[in-house]
Amino acid sequence: MTLEEKKQEIIEEFSLYDEWLDKYEYLIELGKSLEPFPEEKKTEDRLIKGCQSRVWLDAEEREGRLYFSADSDAIITKGIISLLISVYSGRTREEIAADDFGFVAEIGLKENLSPTRANGLVSMIDTIKNLAENGR
Amino acid sequence: MTITEIRSQFPILDTRVYGKPLVYLDNAATAQRPQSVVDCWRDLVEGSNANIHRAVHALAAQATDAYEGARERVKSFINAPSRVEIVFTSGATASINLVASSYGQQFVNQGDEVIVSVCEHHSNIVPWQLLCERKGALLKVLDVAEDGRLNPESLKRLLTNRTKIVAISHISNVLGVINPVKELAAVCHAAGVPVLVDGSQGIVHEKVDVQDLDCDFYAFSGHKIYAATGTGVLYGKKKWLEAMPPYMGGGEMIETVRFSGTTYAPLPMKFEAGTQNFNAVPTLVPALDFAESARDNPEVQAEQKTILDYVYTQLTQDSRIVLYGTCREAKIPLFSFAVNGVHHEDLALILDKMGVAVRSGQMCAEPLMDHLGVTGLLRASFAPYNTLSEAKYFITSLQRAIEMLQ
Repeated sequence: MTLEEKKQEIIEEFSLYDEWLDKYEYLIELGKSLEPFPEEKKTEDRLIKGCQSRVWLDAEEREGRLYFSADSDAIITKGIISLLISVYSGRTREEIAADDFGFVAEIGLKENLSPTRANGLVSMIDTIKNLAENGR
Repeated sequence: MTITEIRSQFPILDTRVYGKPLVYLDNAATAQRPQSVVDCWRDLVEGSNANIHRAVHALAAQATDAYEGARERVKSFINAPSRVEIVFTSGATASINLVASSYGQQFVNQGDEVIVSVCEHHSNIVPWQLLCERKGALLKVLDVAEDGRLNPESLKRLLTNRTKIVAISHISNVLGVINPVKELAAVCHAAGVPVLVDGSQGIVHEKVDVQDLDCDFYAFSGHKIYAATGTGVLYGKKKWLEAMPPYMGGGEMIETVRFSGTTYAPLPMKFEAGTQNFNAVPTLVPALDFAESARDNPEVQAEQKTILDYVYTQLTQDSRIVLYGTCREAKIPLFSFAVNGVHHEDLALILDKMGVAVRSGQMCAEPLMDHLGVTGLLRASFAPYNTLSEAKYFITSLQRAIEMLQ
């Protein structure tokens, strides 16, 4: 699936939910199904600043593509990072760096999350972009 | 006055969020303002906007009267002996900084000690840390008992002949337990040490009589007790305020200014440099009137007690929940708690979507969070306009949120 197709799929998925609580249920499910993140990787340099909860993000490069893994101590945040990973993992640096991350606003995440959370989201996006552009 | 009538004075309480009725339980962060406060604020801006104290024209006289009238109202509200002991500031933080800086400048020296408690708000920790760094003094920390109360005996053991001041909260913004301030002050005074009380929460929930408490300083913010933002009070005993140097220099706080030397205005103006918040300070009058009428209203008090009993019981009986600040006889309707295996931020986000406004996180009390061994808590704090049915909706919503997250 191309990056555009994947984003479209998520936009459609979110459009199924009218109620915010249902969107949260969905994010919670995503959070719970995220692959386990090794404890030894929960280091200060992998911690994303600017979130009320703690979020760790790691990236590995294989055959020219970036693969992300992440964890959070808060489940909704974990759902959000899981969503971002499902979109951007397995893409090339160029693809990620060129993307505008506009789909996040389209599914209503940015507006409907509290300011601290929105900041957290911005930090998550910045970190992914930064990893793509500069490496660690 | 019934609670329905009280609620009708707060138009914001009819707000709907995400299509649901707002249940505002973040009153410890800031209270809502009654119509009387909003009207007062607007009338001052529209009707008597002029800089206070100096000019001789009619508007300035009106503005000055309103401002000085607020000083009288605060004086009677806390039963201060004299109006000159009431200093207006921008809030409790500014009040505490004033004392830390000015009292500290005069009375704290290298090797001296300052005591704060572990459950203080950052605003009652950091100003003292800055002072201690500046002076080479030592900041000592008073522990809190398991039930969330400060213990006068523990304080007694911490005092030495180098202790220069003790700064403690009347009610912690996290634990919601009334501290025995009068006893704590007595212990300090027996050792010849003055005490500053952070009354940010205390002024809202307790009838404060500074002469009865015998505290040397009492600091609070206006916005937590229904007044305009950017207003605050420092009560200080005259003997200390007179002995303390000015905190900020500028207009109004002087007597005469010469390059050869400046003399300062008498109290309280010595500590009110620059243009004061004269459009906002007079809102303390209707705000304190409201606070007093709510405090003296049997129906409101009965509802508050019922809410306290109900929420306390619900939170302490639920095995998934850990409530901090459990001292039942000194508890106010402010509840901070953790839910096993569930992050406070997740709970706050879901409660928000259900219309319930609560606080999550460290609540400006990181040392206390470390002491309790948590990364943050969820806090629900009630005001006189909150009802038992709102408390019940909060508990039901909380249980639903926990089930979603577990």
